[in-house]
Amino acid sequence: MKRRYKLWLTLAVLAAFHGVILCAGFFSPYSYSTQDRALPYAPPSRIHFVDRQGRVHLRPFVYGLKDDPKNYGSYVEDFQQVCRLRLFVAGSPYKLAGILRGSAHLFGADAPARVFLLGSDGYGRDQFSRLLYGGQISLVAGWIAAGFSILFGGIIGSLAGFYGGWLDDVLMRGGELFLALPWLYLLFAVRAALPLQVAQWQVFLLLIVVIGLIGWARPARLIRGIVLSAKERNFVTAARAFGASDTYLLRKHILPQAYGVMLTQMTLLVPQYILAEVTLTFLGLGVSEPMASWGSLLSSLQQYYVLASYWWMFLPALLLIPVFLCYYAAADALQERVKSVAL
Amino acid sequence: MRRVVAVCMLAALAFVFAIERAHGVQAKEELMVTSSALGKPGGTITVAVRSDPKTLNPVLAVDESTREIIDCMNSDLIHINRETQKTEPALAKSWTVSRDGKTFTLQLRRGLRFSDGQPFTADDVVFSFELYLDEKIHSPQRDLLIVGGKPISVRKLDDYTVQFQLTEPYAAAERIFDGLAILPKHVLESAYKNGTFSKLWGVSAPPNEFAGLGPFRLKEYVPGQRIVLERNPYYWKEDRAGHRLPYIGQLVFLFVPSEDAQVIRFQAGDTDLLSRFGAEDFAVLQREQAAKGYALQDLGPGLEYSFLFFNLNNLDGKNLPAIAQKQSWFRDVRFRQAVSAAIDRDGIVRLVYNGRATPLWSQVTPGNKLWVDSSLADPPQSVDRARELLRSAGFSWSNSGNLVDARGQPIEFSILTSSSNAERSKMATLIQDDLTRLGMNVHVVSLDFSAMVDRLLNSFDYEAAVMGLASGDADPESEMNVWLSSGGTHLWNLTESKPATPWEAEIDQLMNEQQVTLNYARRRQLYDQVQRIVAQELPLICLASPHVLVGAKNCVGNFHPAILEPYVLSNVDELYVH
Repeated sequence: MKRRYKLWLTLAVLAAFHGVILCAGFFSPYSYSTQDRALPYAPPSRIHFVDRQGRVHLRPFVYGLKDDPKNYGSYVEDFQQVCRLRLFVAGSPYKLAGILRGSAHLFGADAPARVFLLGSDGYGRDQFSRLLYGGQISLVAGWIAAGFSILFGGIIGSLAGFYGGWLDDVLMRGGELFLALPWLYLLFAVRAALPLQVAQWQVFLLLIVVIGLIGWARPARLIRGIVLSAKERNFVTAARAFGASDTYLLRKHILPQAYGVMLTQMTLLVPQYILAEVTLTFLGLGVSEPMASWGSLLSSLQQYYVLASYWWMFLPALLLIPVFLCYYAAADALQERVKSVAL
Repeated sequence: MRRVVAVCMLAALAFVFAIERAHGVQAKEELMVTSSALGKPGGTITVAVRSDPKTLNPVLAVDESTREIIDCMNSDLIHINRETQKTEPALAKSWTVSRDGKTFTLQLRRGLRFSDGQPFTADDVVFSFELYLDEKIHSPQRDLLIVGGKPISVRKLDDYTVQFQLTEPYAAAERIFDGLAILPKHVLESAYKNGTFSKLWGVSAPPNEFAGLGPFRLKEYVPGQRIVLERNPYYWKEDRAGHRLPYIGQLVFLFVPSEDAQVIRFQAGDTDLLSRFGAEDFAVLQREQAAKGYALQDLGPGLEYSFLFFNLNNLDGKNLPAIAQKQSWFRDVRFRQAVSAAIDRDGIVRLVYNGRATPLWSQVTPGNKLWVDSSLADPPQSVDRARELLRSAGFSWSNSGNLVDARGQPIEFSILTSSSNAERSKMATLIQDDLTRLGMNVHVVSLDFSAMVDRLLNSFDYEAAVMGLASGDADPESEMNVWLSSGGTHLWNLTESKPATPWEAEIDQLMNEQQVTLNYARRRQLYDQVQRIVAQELPLICLASPHVLVGAKNCVGNFHPAILEPYVLSNVDELYVH
């Protein structure tokens, strides 16, 4: 009962999280590319209920920001401007999941102030909005790459395990070769060879597919092991004796035993490939400005002055930790389930 | 018998005279007396450089870190004063120029010695220039010494006079001596004759193999960690009180590979001086200024200028039809002017450089005191003006607000930047946002540096790029290869056999004329005209010039950093520690 509860809970959290990311346009107050050149590196907005005169407001509000005259590059609240926070405000247009047009945002602040829940970046763009929009890119990248890895690994692993012999040797040694491949250089080469006219998101997608494809070796080994043991089982031998074809055996008897492992692998690989996207962006191979991805949010942290001066730039990294934990918890719970079914 | 005695006596006399003469020459040292504040001898100053030196041979050194170290161990004949940006005497105490500007006669200081104690004479000068000019040695300085297609010739007139002969007058002739180290003939000659010169004075050579005329000499090199220089007791400058410079006993260079790491080492007190760091790091360091006992200075704009430029190369035979088609926009000066008008330079200064930069509209920065044309207009950002220019060039806007050309093609192009340079990537992103307001669809593509350079210089497979250039010297001469249509850094159109446009032909003519004009006022007029053409035709759309930022511990005295390289070490021989 408890095991079951854990799986469903993590899945529910993940589903809710993915839902919010999918509807980033609605949940974020601004577009990912809206710059406010007067407010680079603004700290997270303070949300007030009580104003300077001590009056209590029912509706929360923020003060506008102005340059701190004593300290160039930092801000103080401008107490002249009381800007209320409102729900369902009209703002920049967006498309939900790439289809539904809209311009209503869940929340926003009255002009001229802006509400930055997680502060703003070096261009004065809202970090919170970029975190949500960035999730679209990063999650898609993670799922696609993981999907390709599992698909390729599954096909190659089951072929190697099922037929054995020289085919097994060739495929598995080839897999080791791929594990040893310095894939970073491969990616640099791919990027440098591409024409500039290719749209940026296509380039990015291509790179993701490339990392997905070269990541087949590990899942292939795992699946090969399972196929290897499954094909020796009595019911498989029985089916073979009844004259079942190879494809029938693989499809009906052997691969179903590997599905659980594949699913677990998938939940493990998705966060791994999300991190790979972060690496890509660190190296300048990720999505280009002004598009956001979690990698691009984190890559600004590689500069010393950001670490030293703007603590809120860490917040996206902190907020991503529970997401990764959920993925790993889901993988855990799945694995336990697979085990219990297998037993 | 008598004759024998007479001969002996004569010989003895001659010997005595010879000794006297030699002593007489060596005893009279013509030291240069500096005017700086008096300092305290002793102590150590530590600075960071980006990488290990590749060699310690001044004739072969190429990269910046190597040169910075070597320059502390050597001296030149005529030096550019980094503060005034003008030339001043160094090993040559004075010089005269012939009326036609082709013959330079230099009087050398007498009685100077190399750091190994051996005397310095005109033979060393002639020998050094022989090395720099030897084609087999491939010295990077050789190009500097080719004037009007012919190498400069050097002749010894007497032990302390040398004459340089040029084939045509050359305005910047005095400035080419800066940084050309004078080398000891007695140490290097045998290796040069054996043909092993290029192996000499590598980083693993023992300190006693070296001899130079600079303020410091090699003491110890620890690969990957540091190089330690010690005071040269024979250095040729003294202060007003008659104390021989340099003051400090040791100069230590630590090898610290990144800017961030250098900033952290300075903040931790490991290094005494800091230069070449960004405005954001300046803000970080500034906060702890008082507590940590150091002081930062913003020296204002240096010579570096960042710019956006479009690919105007002739692409015939390159098989890049998409780019060739877009060049019809890029070649229209009104298009370039519209882009320039739409760019928010103040935004760049504020967001990219945290306010520590100066917006630019032409290639000469206000830091270049002698050559900036301050009468040039600084038009503010104006989207309206940009739209007007585009309209007059036949562009129009579709219903959805996208800019289209006369054939109905939407305006879409990419701006290339180097992913390793965060500042230029940031500029490109701001420009992209600015141009979106004109209805242009612009992408920023960041590639790693070598891939970008390959596209810019070889394949020409790019549409626009953001780059920066920094000349080593303030003189327009150092900008020749950018502005001459045949120049190697004529980035926007590299393959011109003859000037592609009338204004490029005019720049060629102006640049060539200023090169042979000896009168400063006239040269300035010519170069002002070049700046006006650049600001009008915009082959490079200049954006901003970052300020030169430096820092030093409070205990460092006589700290007079300059906006020219080597910034904080400009007067390393006068620095002292209290």
